[in-house]
Amino acid sequence: MAVSTESIQKNIKGKTTETSIDEKKIVYDTKNLNLWYGEDQALRDINLKIAENEVTAIIGPSGCGKSTYLKTLNRMVELIPVVRTSGEILYRGKNIFDKSYKVEALRTNVGMVFQKPNPFPKSIYDNIAYGPRVHGIRDKKILDEIVEKSLRGAAIWNEVKDRLKENAYGMSGGQQQRLCIARCLAIEPDVILMDEPTSALDPISTLKVEELIQQLKKDYSIIIVTHNMQQAARISDKTAFFLSGEVIEFSETSKMFSNPEKKETEDYITGRFG
Amino acid sequence: MSIRATFQGELNSLKQMILELGNQVLDAVGRSIDALKNQDIDKALKIIEDDGQINLMEEEINDKAILLIAQQSPVAIDLRRVIVAIKISSDLERVGDLAVNIAKSVIRIGSKPHIKPIEEIPRIAELANKMVADSLKAYDDEDVSFAKKVAKLDDEVDEAYGRLTQELLELMTEKPEYIGQITQLSFICRHVERVADHSTNISEHLLYLVKGRRYDLND
Repeated sequence: MAVSTESIQKNIKGKTTETSIDEKKIVYDTKNLNLWYGEDQALRDINLKIAENEVTAIIGPSGCGKSTYLKTLNRMVELIPVVRTSGEILYRGKNIFDKSYKVEALRTNVGMVFQKPNPFPKSIYDNIAYGPRVHGIRDKKILDEIVEKSLRGAAIWNEVKDRLKENAYGMSGGQQQRLCIARCLAIEPDVILMDEPTSALDPISTLKVEELIQQLKKDYSIIIVTHNMQQAARISDKTAFFLSGEVIEFSETSKMFSNPEKKETEDYITGRFG
Repeated sequence: MSIRATFQGELNSLKQMILELGNQVLDAVGRSIDALKNQDIDKALKIIEDDGQINLMEEEINDKAILLIAQQSPVAIDLRRVIVAIKISSDLERVGDLAVNIAKSVIRIGSKPHIKPIEEIPRIAELANKMVADSLKAYDDEDVSFAKKVAKLDDEVDEAYGRLTQELLELMTEKPEYIGQITQLSFICRHVERVADHSTNISEHLLYLVKGRRYDLND
């Protein structure tokens, strides 16, 4: 039976649910960022807009540049002497690579949580009070308030409120990681960078940190690098897929994990990469 | 070796289960048409008896799909493959039920000769059954344009359904003594029309599988 293409096309109603990133406030605007370790180029023409009060996940295979990108956002990457960059990263509209930009000011606004919990060898209380003290806060009452607020914010207050003077090394790995998140909150940052924050944790602690991330995004903008794709699918609003130093795809997480645009993305998230 | 060879194997076997269920269902509808044409009550009874097997196969497909979701956490096209398997198996199971409904009407009509030659009802039923076969072929080959072509045939079935129903209605007033048989023949037409609708659903599921978007081929 002859069927006209036109009438078939008329009968097809595709639905799309795209939302524009431009509708949200932008925290970080990365423009044409390139980065080299000596002669090796690790990031190529990265263009990404990170929105406020969202969780942005960065996924990709080992060596794709995702951790390098994260460490560039608070200029930690500069600690490596052979690093060169080109392009710009605007944080709240100002280029963080500008000579006049104070790295200390940047890092006060941009906290970081690492793969392995790294508490100081001090009491739980002093771990949290450390940052505020560096910033000159000496009043015991104010410090008490900051410690409680930060520990509550990291959903660990009830577990540690009766042992604040004990050494943080006595806590479990999952508790230590939430302590590190609390320490990060104590300086009231704007953005929290997380570099595989649950990869050293057991499944239950992982779920607690994931739940915490969901709560924190009301007040903070979170960028998380993760090897756990299901974690990215569970907790993030947007996902960027990095491959060989490039952003292959950046979109709503719901779209990325249900119907990605690019074949490379689909191959990676369905585990058929390589 | 592909990284997820085992999972890929499981997805393939899920697809084979769908195609096998499809064969059983096509066979049931085919036999129900034969039973109608030949007023074969024994054949009709056998269709009803065999339906349990079809229901069981649908449950097995659902169980396997649920297990794959739990074990493999599929995403993107893999997830769509599993979800589409559940949906297609549900449509096929319903087509199996429609074959049973046709068989029941055949039994109710019994051996009393048909009021008039009924060639067109089996012809449309065969067309509807072929639509199911072709939509399954489109699913097997993941052939989107073939799936759209198959769905287009639904118009022919709908048109015939409308026309046949009207004719049967007129016959009812002319020959009230045949009202029981005419009612059953009307039911059969309705079941046949539903078979074609399920074929269209299967085509839509295939489009969703391949394109990742929903399409309405029924308009």
